[in-house]
Amino acid sequence: MDIIINGKALTLTRSELKQCLIEYGAKAPFAVAINGQFVPQEQHANYTLNDGDCIDVLSPIQGG
Amino acid sequence: MLPPDNITIYGEQFSSRLLIGSALYPSPATMTKAINASGADIVTVSLRRQQSVAAGDDFWQLIKNTGLKVLPNTAGCHSVKEAINLAKMCREVFATDWIKLELIGDDYNLQPDPFALLEATEILIKDGFKVLPYCTDDLVLCQRLDELGCEVLMPWGAPIGTGKGLLNSYNLKAIRERLPNSTLIVDAGLGLPSHACQALELGYDAVLLNSAIAGAGCPITMGRAFKAAVEAGRFAYNAKAMPEKDVAAPSTPTMGMPFWHQT
Repeated sequence: MDIIINGKALTLTRSELKQCLIEYGAKAPFAVAINGQFVPQEQHANYTLNDGDCIDVLSPIQGG
Repeated sequence: MLPPDNITIYGEQFSSRLLIGSALYPSPATMTKAINASGADIVTVSLRRQQSVAAGDDFWQLIKNTGLKVLPNTAGCHSVKEAINLAKMCREVFATDWIKLELIGDDYNLQPDPFALLEATEILIKDGFKVLPYCTDDLVLCQRLDELGCEVLMPWGAPIGTGKGLLNSYNLKAIRERLPNSTLIVDAGLGLPSHACQALELGYDAVLLNSAIAGAGCPITMGRAFKAAVEAGRFAYNAKAMPEKDVAAPSTPTMGMPFWHQT
């Protein structure tokens, strides 16, 4: 399955979101949106990705 | 000893009337020192795509070490959908229901979109957020935001990062007059400590700024300067300024003036 994560293409062997985040190397704290829609942390374990999904993994940065 | 003159933001009390941003500093160490020097109790942060894990982690650790209240923003959002999703992501990461709602309507002056702002505010408040809307200095817009349940309003002084100060003090004054019970914070556009002082003199409860300190030659010293300016402005507001006059009035008594009528 091919997905886009933080703007980069990634080929996954499994479709679980949680597994995808591990493969990507996401480090807490972070929040996730799929195709522009926020997905709360408690849903990560049971969320199934689809081919072509765009995932955003966001972490704290400086802000004004 | 004066009684505490705290600012209340969504039921929480803070002694500092300066909210500070965490961006644009020349180094992380300077950021930390400037934030400390400013005396701020609240610091703004944001969320972006995880790129360099180590760098992001360091930043977040530094902010946590300050012990300050964190105010996440939705900077860069151009649509209601973007802002709402980013707000929800902020709530999860920063574990706060406070959100500095920024919804840009025009990229030339980064002017907030008042229509989208109202729409997003209504949705977020219904979802339990405590919204601190970054808005233009439009009285009716502020009234609508107040009616939606915003206890805090944050009209701009000038466009973000311009350092121009209070471009329309008449508008800001009108908002203060018409919304006496709202917590009002001038957000953005300040460049000098005197701008912050002026905002407090007008009766604004606080100022929120970033570039004016981070972009100064010495951000740490400028942080101190803004701290003093905000305190001076608040003292002046509480002291109630003398009425302005068009005609000169001597301060030294004229009674007993020597050489009077001597020719």
